Amino acid sequence: MEALTRIQSRARPESMLLNMGPSHPAMHGTLRIMLELDGEKILNAECEIGYLHRGFEKTCENKTWFNLLIYTDRLNYVSPLINNLGYVMTVEKMMGVAVPERAQLIRVLMSELSRVSDHLTCLAAMAMENGAFTVFLYMMKAREYLWDVIEFTTGARMTTSYIRVGGVRADLHPGWRDALGTAVRETRRVLKDVSGLLDKNSIFLGRTRGVGTISKEDALSYGWTGPCLRSTGVPYDVRKAQPYLVYDRLSFEVPVGERGDNYDRYSVRMREMEQSLRLLEQVAALIPDAAPLPAGPMIEPAEAIRRSRRERTVERIRLSPNLEGSEKDRLGGLTAAVPPVSVPSKEDTYTSMEGLISHFLFFMSGKGIRPPKGDAYFSVEGGNGEVGFYIVSDGTDRPYRLHLRAPCFHIVSALEQLVSGRLIADVIPTFGSMNMIGGELDR
Amino acid sequence: MGQETLIEAIRKTLGPAVEGVADSFGDTVLILRADAVRPALAALREPPFDYAVLLDLTCVDFAAAEGRFELVYHLYSMARNVRLRLKASVPSADPAVASLVGLWKNAEWLEREVFDMFGVRFDGHPYLRRLLTYEGFEGHPLRKSYPWRLEQPRIPLKDEA
Repeated sequence: MEALTRIQSRARPESMLLNMGPSHPAMHGTLRIMLELDGEKILNAECEIGYLHRGFEKTCENKTWFNLLIYTDRLNYVSPLINNLGYVMTVEKMMGVAVPERAQLIRVLMSELSRVSDHLTCLAAMAMENGAFTVFLYMMKAREYLWDVIEFTTGARMTTSYIRVGGVRADLHPGWRDALGTAVRETRRVLKDVSGLLDKNSIFLGRTRGVGTISKEDALSYGWTGPCLRSTGVPYDVRKAQPYLVYDRLSFEVPVGERGDNYDRYSVRMREMEQSLRLLEQVAALIPDAAPLPAGPMIEPAEAIRRSRRERTVERIRLSPNLEGSEKDRLGGLTAAVPPVSVPSKEDTYTSMEGLISHFLFFMSGKGIRPPKGDAYFSVEGGNGEVGFYIVSDGTDRPYRLHLRAPCFHIVSALEQLVSGRLIADVIPTFGSMNMIGGELDR
Repeated sequence: MGQETLIEAIRKTLGPAVEGVADSFGDTVLILRADAVRPALAALREPPFDYAVLLDLTCVDFAAAEGRFELVYHLYSMARNVRLRLKASVPSADPAVASLVGLWKNAEWLEREVFDMFGVRFDGHPYLRRLLTYEGFEGHPLRKSYPWRLEQPRIPLKDEA
């Protein structure tokens, strides 16, 4: 016989126990909320998480430092680039890698695109669950424009694996500036429309104003970070408190709320998106156009391999389209050369013995990226708050232990307190404004 | 407060609870005696140290090589904008440490997760129950002795039980 949960053992005999989730349209991913009800009033609540637990940390212990990057895409799957960034910056901290300026700017660009798409997704779902379906469609439209920019460069919408240890995988797509211009313009337009639809909408205000209120002290005690903490008035943002990349050179504000209710969480996210769009424009102006590749004849890869069997190839080689942007001439500005932490250029790998050896030395087991013995913690500002990685290395090609500090783990742990004493209908906007992401929460 | 004076002050306040101070890639690490974890963290939470946020709590399994589990706490001081890492070792034979429930509200879930993944017992925890896996899961998956990709026995459906 399964042991009773706390709520089951403490419930009054006359009250009704109701499961909300794990299979429920408003439970974003999967979460089970057990409610003890008196009519529509919630007396007690208990959350059960873990329905999306995939053993991320255990898997990472069994993967090489290079290979486990793809698993970080699948944590917060709405802003995968920020997870990539958190992981690679922790490894870089341990190895003392200096990342080239261009790669740092590209990382900021990708982080801010991800942040806006993260906030858009959260607010879209929250608004839809409160009946504002128009807002959902408008915001999803804006998100597609943002994801176009990401997709052009990384080749994927969500599973990007683009930010790599030492820098980034490839240069920006030639058409990125136009795509970004469109995305910023369209997102601004959507934000204006959404503000008009929701900011003073009495239905929306009724569902969010004064609902799910948390005090500053409680938010800190629960370890809240990110927009949810800022909605209570604490201006903590990792980008300002412990600046990384080039954030200290960019100007942006940290919007805060006053009451810490659902409406403030909505409003902080809306204002943060405006700041992120500002950052996108600033950083786009700082990224110089990529130097054009030298003109002249190019040979096909098959031809280059054939020729290299007889003599060293000197001609330039055309790379396959899915390696676009990672030509040998470009890699220097995109990844750190010393220590060898990034994939060697494909042109060398296929046409020279030294290139092939360096390729093997990167991918062979026991070789490749190997941070020195020790442990490190590093965090970046994700869509939900502080995304931290605590990594223990024993000097081998695999991490000894990798732990993710997931921001929404701490946020969702407060849900029980926020909904107790409220009505069932209040669960939906409160939970929606938390931006629970199953991949990150359950790991 | 500079780094040196801070460590000096912490040592003075906590006394024998601090077993050592280390530096790991620029992070300050304090090694605590396992039986002093709760009073030490309670003292650090108050001014002048002001580590008001329990950023993270996790565990590392050194059982095979050194016969111990290492609990890792990350604290953050909002007022002074500094982080601090604290470690405490417990024997792997019967790992147990005092719970932080009552000091920080997120400790309840964080400790349940460590209990679930490592089997470390938190004395004084009001509701020490598995968090990410389910009731009836066998073993503690993040222990090094737990094989990767081990299959779990099927649990009966509720109606069959």
